[in-house]
Amino acid sequence: MSEQLLDVQDLRVMLPTRKGLLTAVDGVSMSIAAGEVLGVVGESGAGKSLTGAAITGLLEPPLYIANGKIELEGKRIDNLSYSKMRRIRGKQIGAIFQDPLTSLNPLYSVGRQLVETITTHLPVSDAVAKRQAIDLLKEVGLPAAEARIGHFPHQFSGGMRQRVVIALALCANPRLIIADEPTTALDVSIQAQIIRLLKRLCREHKTAVMLITHDMGVIAETADRVAVMYAGRIVEVGPVKDVIKNPHHPYTVGLMNSIPSIAREVEWLTQIDGAMPRLNDIPDGCAFHPRCPHAFERCRRERPNLIPMRNSQAACWLCKKEGADEQRQ
Amino acid sequence: MSSDNKPLVRARNLTRHFDVSPPFLNRVLEGKQRQFVKAVENIDFDIARGETFALVGESGCGKTTVARMLVGLERPTSGSMEFDGTDIALLKTRREMRQYRRRMQMIFQDPYASLNPRWRVMSIVAEPIRSFGTVKGNDAVRARVFKLLRQVGLGEDDAYNYPHEFSGGQRQRIAIARALATRPEFVVCDEPTSALDVSVQAQILNLMKRLQKELGLSYLLITHDLAVVHHIASRVGVMYLGHLCESADTRTIFSAPRHPYTKLLLETLPDLSMQGRQRVPMAGEVPSPMNPPSGCVFHPRCPYAMEICKKKLPERQNVGHELVACHAYQAEK
Ligand SMILES: Nc1ncnc2c1ncn2[C@@H]1O[C@H](COP(=O)(O)OP(=O)(O)OP(=O)(O)O)[C@@H](O)[C@H]1O
Ligand SMILES: Nc1ncnc2c1ncn2[C@@H]1O[C@H](COP(=O)(O)OP(=O)(O)OP(=O)(O)O)[C@@H](O)[C@H]1O
Ligand code: SF4
Ligand code: SF4
Ligand SMILES: [Mg+2]
Ligand SMILES: [Mg+2]
Repeated sequence: MSEQLLDVQDLRVMLPTRKGLLTAVDGVSMSIAAGEVLGVVGESGAGKSLTGAAITGLLEPPLYIANGKIELEGKRIDNLSYSKMRRIRGKQIGAIFQDPLTSLNPLYSVGRQLVETITTHLPVSDAVAKRQAIDLLKEVGLPAAEARIGHFPHQFSGGMRQRVVIALALCANPRLIIADEPTTALDVSIQAQIIRLLKRLCREHKTAVMLITHDMGVIAETADRVAVMYAGRIVEVGPVKDVIKNPHHPYTVGLMNSIPSIAREVEWLTQIDGAMPRLNDIPDGCAFHPRCPHAFERCRRERPNLIPMRNSQAACWLCKKEGADEQRQ
Repeated sequence: MSSDNKPLVRARNLTRHFDVSPPFLNRVLEGKQRQFVKAVENIDFDIARGETFALVGESGCGKTTVARMLVGLERPTSGSMEFDGTDIALLKTRREMRQYRRRMQMIFQDPYASLNPRWRVMSIVAEPIRSFGTVKGNDAVRARVFKLLRQVGLGEDDAYNYPHEFSGGQRQRIAIARALATRPEFVVCDEPTSALDVSVQAQILNLMKRLQKELGLSYLLITHDLAVVHHIASRVGVMYLGHLCESADTRTIFSAPRHPYTKLLLETLPDLSMQGRQRVPMAGEVPSPMNPPSGCVFHPRCPYAMEICKKKLPERQNVGHELVACHAYQAEK
């Protein structure tokens, strides 16, 4: 498929440990079209960041890609050398990491870091780059950008640092943006501003965005499609509206119910009891079965693959029957 | 002696300015002015024992700075911050400070930066237990670490790994386990759940609530997630550009907010019901704390702004035990 800007097939990320080889990302396939936002949500530790890291070529050893292929604009990028990948990062892929401090150098002013990134990837002078940097900082909502461009990362608040990191990822006009929890530290109104910026880039530059977040509100407003991950696998994927309003997988249903809401007053929040299995004891069959209220015999034995429903797909044996019913309708 | 009806934490005229002046030579040669970021301006609030006080407000409005002053990591430029009757800023020696350090803990906004990358989780969580002698003996310390890890939804095996081997949300839980390790009375939580997915967030918020019930903990909670505030806080302080514009019971804030900024803040809530409502970012540019507007700092963006708002800083008005600083509110009465 040539329209897909990013195409990931059957990606598997493994981790060798003293106790053996563990699978952290297990057969993930996804694609993002130009101008599309794919949201990725799921339990903490589900493998969202590692999937993003694999795509950007930033898996930290000993983690490695054991299987699958990743294509950007039709070209494989999962087998490139570090230096080739480095050119692609920044120029073609902009990465926004979960941890803003790791992407910023504490010893350089944010202005210098932005100007350097811009001049490395684009043929412009320092003065032009500085102008662009200031404009970009304004676009991500940093007040008094001119006056603050010379300040160092520690002089900014948590949310301001996050916005500087976003500016860094966007400054070379990448084709694909991998944004790992880009708005977690931001208040709702700045969040809205960043979201509008991302959407504008998608519209005007046909940028594709992979948006990793646990914030369903952000997903609801920004993403076109959403993939739900659990224990290294995609358990449900489909158009945002369908997944939020009509979730099929029991994990997605639980996820939607745990969101605190201002509309209702409850003493305790609904929680999905238990914890996601750690990498070394992922159960056989459906990985969710120990926590699933609907688990039955087959779930313990056999692993469900994604089953097409009317608009979305879900990896759950319950959907087998439902899906058949829906399709008959 | 502390009496029980006195607040545990009491901030009065708390102020913090950061000097961000250009170097001395540039000031002399290029005639540049000294510059300050007015991060926190004259803030008053109390936190009672066993209560959760939430601070909300736009990014950069000074929340983390308030938090850091409360736990003694930052000195106020002026004003006072009392913990159980003692002004923290006046504590001089490390010994004096240490006593209080055990009783108040902070969960930082940036979990990774606050965990020592060279230590295993066991050492990270055990360190405060050992250093304050919360429990004695290696076995007891280990048992306590395991219990804490289970409480935050991690496993015992995790104790033997390094921080970089965890996902963002898992690191945040390590930070929470460490903060709770010394059985503090007061915990400052700076965005404690913003790195967590909703189901783990629900577990952590329920845990925080349960610990509060069991141990009578008090929290200062900083978060931009108003739904979390609604769920867990008893009172809320709303900050704008370093000023506290309103503080009130959670119910008042959500049902009958008094300050125009609070009202606008509530309107920017995300739309989960997917009715296609567009979130309207607040009009007007976020002003800079280096050069705050005159009078009421909110006036350039306030839909109710009047002439007086440009000239005069509104005074704090008490409404029962609640507080609001706005000229329009005064005019209403
Ligand atoms: N460098 C590493 N070494 C060993 N294990 C790792 C490493 N990085 C991640 N893991 C493990 O891999 C799993 C997936 O991690 P990942 O960071 O992708 O989760 P995530 O879905 O991004 O979660 P979160 O929402 O908490 O950020 C986790 O169980 C984590 O502990
Ligand atoms: N060490 C410092 N030097 C200079 N300025 C600082 C310093 N620390 C904070 N500031 C400034 O003080 C202001 C308030 O910062 P603070 O970190 O308290 O904001 P915040 O409300 O926690 O924001 P966020 O929600 O983004 O974390 C910001 O303008 C910030 O740039
Ligand atoms: S396959 Fe079975 S255990 Fe897994 S989610 Fe579906 S019903 Fe539950
Ligand atoms: S004092 Fe004036 S400008 Fe400030 S919030 Fe009140 S009405 Fe608005
Ligand atoms: Mg992550
Ligand atoms: Mg902060």
